[in-house]
Amino acid sequence: MSDAGSLIALIPRLRRYARALVGERAAADDLVQDTLERAWSKLHLYRHGTDLRAWLFTVMHNVHVNQVRASRPTAALEDDMPELAQRAVQGDALLLRDLERAIAALPAAQREVLLLVALEDLSYDETARVLGIPIGTVMSRLARAREKVRALMQGKGGSKLQVVK
Amino acid sequence: MSEAEQSVGEADLHAWADGRLAEGRRAEVEAWLAAHPEEAERAAAYRALNEQLRAHYEPVLDEPVPERLESAALRRRRWRSAAAIAGWIAVGAAIGGVAGWQVHAQRAPAPPLAQPDHPVIARRAALAHATYAPEVRHPVEVGADQEQHLVAWLSKRLGAEVRAPRLEAEGMTLVGGRLLPRDPGPVAQFMYQSAPGRRVTLYVRSEGPDQRETAFHYAREGNVRVFYWIDRRFGYALSSADLDREELLKLANAVYRQLNP
Repeated sequence: MSDAGSLIALIPRLRRYARALVGERAAADDLVQDTLERAWSKLHLYRHGTDLRAWLFTVMHNVHVNQVRASRPTAALEDDMPELAQRAVQGDALLLRDLERAIAALPAAQREVLLLVALEDLSYDETARVLGIPIGTVMSRLARAREKVRALMQGKGGSKLQVVK
Repeated sequence: MSEAEQSVGEADLHAWADGRLAEGRRAEVEAWLAAHPEEAERAAAYRALNEQLRAHYEPVLDEPVPERLESAALRRRRWRSAAAIAGWIAVGAAIGGVAGWQVHAQRAPAPPLAQPDHPVIARRAALAHATYAPEVRHPVEVGADQEQHLVAWLSKRLGAEVRAPRLEAEGMTLVGGRLLPRDPGPVAQFMYQSAPGRRVTLYVRSEGPDQRETAFHYAREGNVRVFYWIDRRFGYALSSADLDREELLKLANAVYRQLNP
């Protein structure tokens, strides 16, 4: 199978992850496009026989980090700077009940971990390798992300979470 | 409460929610959760969130892929082919090292490793389908007009007698087949096509002598749907990006009946 054939087959998976990561469709597809272009220029770094999808997630992570940094020079993808790394979805926590908003409210570093584990079904070990962080950091970000989403979706009144299709 | 249960920690709750605990440990954690309703509720909420995330974003997999993304996936191949040719002209074939590098750079990657959600066969079948089904000029190595030769050749390479099911009754005619690389043994791919040009591929690999039979399993890789099963000596995967799940299941049943008269 050709490199291009493998890449094409993986586009829908990349789009799904990007959509959840970035939110808006056009911006998510921009991220996928940048990732594919970057992947071609970095293909010599890909070790044949290893998981191509995981490698593409790594490429996407790097592209995304660079874009976030470029758009907000002071922003960082660190958990301890949630107010800077958060996406521009603000508002009353009580209104952040639906899934997309709850995900969007996470710091990017936590959102990545949650999506790779919960949506893309990567193991903790794979997630650590994709993001280039220790597995302990994966677990702590995962725990914080889940608690925050749970709190947001439950709301103060303990209302049931709503999934907006 | 056992010592093992006492040592249940935060990581165990997440691993439980993600289905990543080994059988024995899972039982221990579940026993602990039964005695800790607050944590049990939290772990259940984590698990429910996984399901909601997947349900919410799954439709993205079925959206048509924008052309600009397909171009981005293909672009460098054209550029690099041109560069490789330019390299050959400029440097000449006499410099073996350069030639070797070019060959290496062009080498196809192995298909991605199995994810825990779908076995290897479904992923590889889907990738093989995505690669060859769109081919207009060379979808198969050996055409259906040489069916006897095709079946004899693939049987010889797989080391067991394979058959190409007849699916005319389902509106699908055999286009032909090809041999695919696989570690350790080779794989056969048969391609079928309906009158409107919808394509289905049947991926057949030898499974060794002592395989159990399995039920049909369903998987989706990108926009390719796959039904796969193991039947005695062979593993089968029927893939299509053109048929919906119901149509594909119907066809998988027809294939199964054909192969097990």
